[in-house]
Amino acid sequence: MSQEFFPKTSPGTRGLVYREPLVFERSVPGRIGASLPSAGVPETDPTDEIPAELLRGPIEHFPSLSENEVVRHYVRLSQTNHSIDSGFYPLGSCTMKFNPKVNEWAARLPGFADAHPYLPQEQLQGVLELMWRLQNLLSEIGGFAATSLQPAAGAQGEMAGLMMIRAYHLDKQGSPRKKVLIPDSAHGTNPASAALLGYQAVELKSNAQGMLEPEVVARAMDEDVAALMVTNPNTLGIFETHIKEIAEIVHAKGGLVYGDGANMNAILGVARPGDMGIDVMHYNLHKTFSTPHGGGGPGSGPVSVSAALEPFLPRPVVVKDGDTFRFDFDRPKSIGKLRTFWGNFGMMVRAYTYIRELGREGLRATAERAVLNAQYLRKLLEPDWHVAYENPSLHEVVFTDKNLKETGVTTMDVAKALIDHGFHPPTVYFPLIVAGALMIEPTESESKETLEHFAAAMRAILKRAKADPEGLKRAPEKPVVERLDEARAARRPILRWTPDFEIPF
Amino acid sequence: MRYHPHTPEEIQEMLQKIGVSRVEALFSPIPDACKLAGPLKVPEALDERSLMDHLEELAAKQPRVPPFLGAGAYPHHVPPSVDQLLLRSELYTAYTPYQPEVSQGTLQITFEFQTYVSLLTGLEIANASMYDGASAAAEAALMAVRVSRGQRTKIVLSRALHPEYRDVVRTYLAEGFSVEEVGFGPDGRIDLEALRAAVDEKTAAVLVGYPNFFGVIEDLRAVSEVAREKGALTVSCTTEGLALGLLQGPGALGAEIAVGELQSFGNGMNFGGPGVGFFATREAYLRQLPGRICGATVDRSGRRGFVLTLSTREQHIRRERATSNICTNHGLNAAAATIHLSLLGREGLHALALLNYRRARYARERLAEVGCKPLFSGPVFNEFAVRAPKDAPRRIRDAGLAGGLQIDCYYPELEDGLLLCVTELHDKTRIDALVQALA
Repeated sequence: MSQEFFPKTSPGTRGLVYREPLVFERSVPGRIGASLPSAGVPETDPTDEIPAELLRGPIEHFPSLSENEVVRHYVRLSQTNHSIDSGFYPLGSCTMKFNPKVNEWAARLPGFADAHPYLPQEQLQGVLELMWRLQNLLSEIGGFAATSLQPAAGAQGEMAGLMMIRAYHLDKQGSPRKKVLIPDSAHGTNPASAALLGYQAVELKSNAQGMLEPEVVARAMDEDVAALMVTNPNTLGIFETHIKEIAEIVHAKGGLVYGDGANMNAILGVARPGDMGIDVMHYNLHKTFSTPHGGGGPGSGPVSVSAALEPFLPRPVVVKDGDTFRFDFDRPKSIGKLRTFWGNFGMMVRAYTYIRELGREGLRATAERAVLNAQYLRKLLEPDWHVAYENPSLHEVVFTDKNLKETGVTTMDVAKALIDHGFHPPTVYFPLIVAGALMIEPTESESKETLEHFAAAMRAILKRAKADPEGLKRAPEKPVVERLDEARAARRPILRWTPDFEIPF
Repeated sequence: MRYHPHTPEEIQEMLQKIGVSRVEALFSPIPDACKLAGPLKVPEALDERSLMDHLEELAAKQPRVPPFLGAGAYPHHVPPSVDQLLLRSELYTAYTPYQPEVSQGTLQITFEFQTYVSLLTGLEIANASMYDGASAAAEAALMAVRVSRGQRTKIVLSRALHPEYRDVVRTYLAEGFSVEEVGFGPDGRIDLEALRAAVDEKTAAVLVGYPNFFGVIEDLRAVSEVAREKGALTVSCTTEGLALGLLQGPGALGAEIAVGELQSFGNGMNFGGPGVGFFATREAYLRQLPGRICGATVDRSGRRGFVLTLSTREQHIRRERATSNICTNHGLNAAAATIHLSLLGREGLHALALLNYRRARYARERLAEVGCKPLFSGPVFNEFAVRAPKDAPRRIRDAGLAGGLQIDCYYPELEDGLLLCVTELHDKTRIDALVQALA
């Protein structure tokens, strides 16, 4: 590959990165990787008590490895992953920011990590205080009256929000209403959550500026509409400037406004959804508040509400009586429980740590740097790349592959080519309303020079797309595997290892 | 701010390139009426050491002894090698493997996790994990309804199923479904006669604990036979994943869906979350499975690789017609479970499960000698309910121990019931101290 296509960008390399078999293929019977205590009590036989039919011995096909082999196996696997700590990870809508190390330290404190959820509350004052403080901080940051930390992830927070809206309408007018309005730029979880609750999802068209028009909402709004779901700034990174007017239209017909908090990072300390007429919103602690994405979870999706919805929050919530903290289960209008126990507490510890580290100034500075980075990168890319919407965006920006039309190179090819340049691709083909979307969210964590290197890589890819489109379609060539056949995976699903596992390694 | 690399000079250069003079101008798309007038009422920033002192102070308020308590969250030994591997940045600071070529680590671990879940449950297919056991149980109920093409809308729950699992199923199925509970007998198992009466042609699924909330091992085969007679699916819910190291996999006993928690492997209790929900079922129901799935495939050169697959079931493609609104899984917790299961391996898993059984049995027998008789006659694994004095929790605490859950708040009729759990963290000395405290 020529120098021309790889300017100064820290390109990805191969080196000593291994292709690693499955742990089941590494097994040698007789090895063990665990240290077990001796019983120290009589070595009784379970068949005395448990019917033999319900018992089994060692499970066939479970592997046998020593500890050092297991460690090497998973270290090698880890080395085939890209991560924020190793490089830029500009997935739009995912807010891939630095995950502070003090957060990980905090979550591992034995008093947190080993706390049992059902101990008597007088033995849980520290964890309850942390939850109480985090509830209040999130309410303040979003401009809401109250917060439940229970939802396990953003999608469950959405579900909780819609359940509260449903309960509110049932309580107020005896029927739950039928429809939920959702802009065409929304996350897929929005219509999926609405459908789960039995609502009919009604799609609203965005205008030529990627925004929701008050008139469009007004036309769709009637007394059968339970809620409008909005993300603000929306998935195009564009602030819905008419949000207040839109909320008034919805409220005038007795509907409520659900806010998807996925993009809170853009407005921390600058604006508050609660002040814009949004009645309920979920946060994604793994986006805005730096808890790790973990290769796909755990998330955490606290949900904040206005005073009118507070009685319907999932139960319990943490309250403070004098100097003591306790769970309040006595909430007759609550929508109930969404999951076991109190939520993803381990994520709450990290988010709380982060908010206290940043403080009031740091929260605002975070939004400022996030928007600064996104706008700077937009300026660097705009001369060469087609931006989906001309009007100003905040923390993320959506480009397209329109300028590549005649080359045959697509957004997916651009994404794969970025990998060879040492960059994780942006979110691709989302939002769905933009053909060939490349959705870029740099976050506040990245330096000016990283953004410049990324822009240089994007320029180089554009150049190569025109000069050598076929070469580009071979990308990525540097990772441990080449481009993978996703169609085959779906056509012939192989979802687990079996002894006859036949795919060559 | 140490997390922000920008110098004041760089900020000026960047603003200049953008074409604005002040940072505030970056927010000009936000109408003034939507902007916050003053600063947030959030405390000032803390330096790292002060922050750590504050957190240590909060953490120190919880007791440090392993509680004699499970009830859905289990105290187990987490080997340091598990946690040190989890601290590999490449694992915990990666996201969903949308770009499989640079996410093979996450994907292969997920594939291994799915294989472990299949082996543990005796069912052919498993997903990449769920939020937790209770929401997995609710998703299983919804899946059973889908399998019946919406014709069956009734769910039957064993009353001996974990109370929070029952609660969550009711929350998820609040509209358009009926949920009925079936009681338990003196053995602590579901009352099969009552079950037979409750299951009808409208029943989509029967959900039972395996073991159940009392630690009692249900006769899953008998339950599934009753369900099958009426065409309903059987869902086994396992809160203590380690039990599956000693007990037969639910799939081998007739369950069509197995859900539950694998928190016991490699994950701390974390005050109840995050744990690792799991979901396994038969191959025939593949298209109805909720959540993410990882599959094996080949790359351009025909070599093995892993990808997320069958995503046409999922919300980001199918939107309102998706099988579930789930967007994420508990990837990192599933990775912890996978690593721990690999360390334990074939022999270790069985040995650890047997050790838990033996220590719990020793505790049961000693407690019975001092008058704390078993509440139920059914067989148990490492968790069990006994009759205990009303002041048992105080006695346990005064002895410097922790745990024991009085279950009358969930089952008012079981007034003197105390739920206990004994694991490898409780050696003979600790168990003897517990027995003495309750004597």
